[in-house]
Amino acid sequence: MSVDTGFSGPDEATGQGPVTATSRVAPSGRGRWLAFWGPPAAVLAAFLAIWYGVSYLLLDPRRRFLVPPPHEVIRVSFFDPFNLKELMGALWLSTRVAFIGLAIAIVIGLLLAVAMNRAKWIERSLYPYAVLTQTIPILAMVPLFGFWFGFGNFSRTLVVVLFAIFPIVANTLFGLQSVQREHHDLFTLHGATRMTRLWKLEFPAALPSVFTGLRIAAGLAVIGAIVGDTFFKQGEPGIGILIDRYQSRLQSEQMVGAIILSSLLGIVVFWFFGFLARRVVGGWHESAGGPDT
Amino acid sequence: MAGSSAVDASSIPTQTAPLLTFADVSKRFRDGTVALDGADFRVAGGEFVSVVGPSGCGKSTLLRIASGLSDASGGKVQVETDKIGYVFQDPTLLPWRTVQANVELFSELRGLPKEERRRRAAAALELVGLSEFAGHRPRALSGGMRMRVSLARSLTLEPELFLFDEPFGALDEITRERLNDELLQLYLTQRFTALFVTHSVMEAVFMSTRVLVMSGRPGRVLDDFPVPFAYPRSPRLRFDERFARLAGQVSALLRGGG
Repeated sequence: MSVDTGFSGPDEATGQGPVTATSRVAPSGRGRWLAFWGPPAAVLAAFLAIWYGVSYLLLDPRRRFLVPPPHEVIRVSFFDPFNLKELMGALWLSTRVAFIGLAIAIVIGLLLAVAMNRAKWIERSLYPYAVLTQTIPILAMVPLFGFWFGFGNFSRTLVVVLFAIFPIVANTLFGLQSVQREHHDLFTLHGATRMTRLWKLEFPAALPSVFTGLRIAAGLAVIGAIVGDTFFKQGEPGIGILIDRYQSRLQSEQMVGAIILSSLLGIVVFWFFGFLARRVVGGWHESAGGPDT
Repeated sequence: MAGSSAVDASSIPTQTAPLLTFADVSKRFRDGTVALDGADFRVAGGEFVSVVGPSGCGKSTLLRIASGLSDASGGKVQVETDKIGYVFQDPTLLPWRTVQANVELFSELRGLPKEERRRRAAAALELVGLSEFAGHRPRALSGGMRMRVSLARSLTLEPELFLFDEPFGALDEITRERLNDELLQLYLTQRFTALFVTHSVMEAVFMSTRVLVMSGRPGRVLDDFPVPFAYPRSPRLRFDERFARLAGQVSALLRGGG
């Protein structure tokens, strides 16, 4: 992925580079910095220009609330202490739900994948239902969850878990099953127990896939927390409920502000797992954007 | 070098009682393929026996059975040692481990104490000349170096019987010949018995005390060529006339019997 390779340049991971000095001609520090940040910055500038264009040129003042200009969004959402406090409280709530849900999904997902990897019959019994979490409209079940479990954190966390678990199960299982037959042979020859095999062979071999799954799951967890929230409409407000409320009050500046915040949360989470993957498997696996990819 | 041209069977390492015996061994897979049918041979302690045969003749199956990874469907297999080294064509290093940690793997799986693992790994890396690469990850190494690490890993358990499944088949010719020489060096100093599967007649004749030629599937042993050249064998042996003649005979049988 281009996002990753860009990061591998200035990464400190280059320190543990290989001996086969594949001397890639690196541009100077500033040139590389510009080559890396320049293009996305240009796109951002173009985007903001179009945004301003729509606000001030396309819309007449009475309808400007439909697309409030960027600086108004920032002023109203983030520089008004009351609004900021409201947004941050909601962001904190959604983030907490997303992280708790993600943590639960990771634990259950990994255990499920390990169990499925252990016996074909377990895989055959469970995998279809893991797929089901992808195909049933989870959001449509929100009223049902609310009905059963109330509109508190439990239901919201449950939605996040259902959103996030499948990529973890699927990718971990794929990783565990991707171990070369000869590697298994070696462990068999030297009398490895199942546990040893899992910890010293299957799990490390699966790590790159696990991280791929985690990154997808993390993004979905954030979406699950925020979008699920809009559907709950009740209880302590998370970002989703706020967006819903702003919409009904035509507070478009804060609405856009809330959307920006939730996107930032998604990006931070995605970066975090990318960073973690590079730290953990970057030294030996190409997909993690290691030193010489 | 004198050794290369001397035809002197007396310098072949002393042969003792059979370390490995295959008596009329057959192997039929679940899908009905018959990989081996009546494979019959013996490997005595100290021998270096190569097995050549057309691809798909069950050479690898032979090694899997000898190592215990796979069971024979018929016949009798007897292995007189449990100290078996097994080297695959792929170096099968764990990419997340450093060279040192890879070489320690087998002693780790066997539950040897940490100090002992370190000591053995260091000694084995020394033998293959890769001590200074102990801290590197496998992907930083060339194909030949990875294969040396793979050899070192097996050497840590001081195998009595060393099984090789086309270990140098994926390497370029120069690297391959260098590793042939190095492996022979190890053979002479470490005193293991070797069963070496290869598809290269040159390699088989150059390395071995004996060359077994197998038929196409289902595989069985067609003939058994003693190789009379003394050890240590110089690389120049490869251009010796008698070497060429013997290689020619093996080759002819291989083509005729395929």
